Amino acid sequence: MERKTKVQAEEGRQDLIITREFDLPVALLFRAHSEADIVSQWMGTKVLKLESRKHGSWAYETSDPQGKVVFRANGTFHEFEPNRKITRTFEMENAPLDVQLEFLEFEPLGEDRSRLTMQVIYRSAAHREQQLKMPFAYGINMAHDRLQEVADLLK
Amino acid sequence: MNLRRDVFQAIADPTRRAILTLVATQAMTAGAIAANFSTARPTVSKHLQILTECELLQQEQAGREIYYHLNPDKMKEIADFIEPFRNMWDDRFNKLEAVMQQSLKNIKGNNTSKRTQ
Repeated sequence: MERKTKVQAEEGRQDLIITREFDLPVALLFRAHSEADIVSQWMGTKVLKLESRKHGSWAYETSDPQGKVVFRANGTFHEFEPNRKITRTFEMENAPLDVQLEFLEFEPLGEDRSRLTMQVIYRSAAHREQQLKMPFAYGINMAHDRLQEVADLLK
Repeated sequence: MNLRRDVFQAIADPTRRAILTLVATQAMTAGAIAANFSTARPTVSKHLQILTECELLQQEQAGREIYYHLNPDKMKEIADFIEPFRNMWDDRFNKLEAVMQQSLKNIKGNNTSKRTQ
């Protein structure tokens, strides 16, 4: 499958640029970021709070099938311009990453296409590397689990 | 995980990145590499040592000379590092697109049914 999402992580910088083009009108792409029930569907998380306005705040929480909370994040909107721009902070709770600043820009590319550009700024380049390692570490754990499953079958 | 951090520290330095670019196309001796930089030879040697220790460079003995060449597998590992993060966002955005395309269909469907009523 063609990979449409691009991540730019230039060396020596403390930000990431994530870009993606969607087969969606820009208004729908924006709605997917401003309505709680839609956010929860594609982010795969429970949306505890989503005050979609300037100085509003948001909070997400994800639990494992046993009901244990495995992820909590929160932040505040600094800019909220429908169909154009969202500026917000992002803080993962119980993670040594500090607060990130995120700029989301929404652009129409004709009637039924749109582009999202996300610039995520970390406190330092080291914090950025830490973030990049998180899903990587998660992937390793998954691989270990699968290895364990296979090993259990062989017993 | 410590080794991995070393790889990132290794490529965080501009001189070391320049060395990697130099040897990307051809294996070179330490002397030939140092000739490309105005920094002192021992400094370049130190950089070569760090790059070799974290396996970004490999040494090859040819007669009396030691040649340095790039280890493409290790370089690929650095690219792979970003890949899980990118995959995570790609999965989320694929889902976003699917969810919104479904709601787009529903909106269009409702409009059509209203018109026919």
